[in-house]
Amino acid sequence: MKHGTALGRVRALGSAHEGTHHWLLQRFTAAGNLLTVLFLAVSFVALPDLSYATVRAWLGHPLPALAIGLMIVSVFWHARLGLQVLVEDYVHGASRFAAILLLNLTAFAGAAFGLLSLVRIVAGATAETAAAAAAAAQVQQALQGMMGGGMPQ
Amino acid sequence: MAERPLSPHLSIWKWGPAMLVSILHRVSGDGLALVGLPVLLWWLGALASGPAAYETFTSVATAWYGYVVLVGLSWAFFNHFASGVRHFVLDIGAGYEVDRNNRWSVVTTAAGFVLTAAFWAAVVLL
Repeated sequence: MKHGTALGRVRALGSAHEGTHHWLLQRFTAAGNLLTVLFLAVSFVALPDLSYATVRAWLGHPLPALAIGLMIVSVFWHARLGLQVLVEDYVHGASRFAAILLLNLTAFAGAAFGLLSLVRIVAGATAETAAAAAAAAQVQQALQGMMGGGMPQ
Repeated sequence: MAERPLSPHLSIWKWGPAMLVSILHRVSGDGLALVGLPVLLWWLGALASGPAAYETFTSVATAWYGYVVLVGLSWAFFNHFASGVRHFVLDIGAGYEVDRNNRWSVVTTAAGFVLTAAFWAAVVLL
């Protein structure tokens, strides 16, 4: 049950019936893009090279993984809002409904694929770190065995 | 469509800097969404998949047509970034005087190209 008068419920919402919601979200996600995509651009310059090993190791660290995860959410959200305006300007009638539906499905699927890829990269890096630690422990154990257990700490 | 009177001046106009920055904002933004995001997903997917998939990605990305796309995307980003910052300034109600608006429209468009050149110079030189 909604409260207030009919006028109070629609005041300041405009012809789209949603007020400044879309406009504000476009700005919030723009600020997110500004920070996270610049982080990516600076990283491209700062990394010694962009080989598989280098980039995998870089994305395995918590801060880059967090930044790229946030970037995926922010850019796909912003792109969804921006392409919605493009569709609303140039596509009309039933095609518009189909285009908006396709846009929503694609934007969510794209963001989900990006985040899933990131999870696989981070999980891979964690597994590699664990494997390296286990191998190092094995080497140390073997050395201690060879030296009669008397290896100083 | 109702037979409403149309403005007699609808077809009488000339290009101005604000119109250029506006259409470039749309072109670069939608270009990033429609081309940039698929490239981003290919890059991340290849990185998650393994060295062979990443090799396939880099062989295309570092071919001449790959560089054309990447340079284009980097321009689209820096252009959209510069005109986006201009939008933030306009949002607070500043910069609507004709002279100032024209000047910053030119600066914004130029900044997109300058930042793109600086980015690739940094990638190559650093």
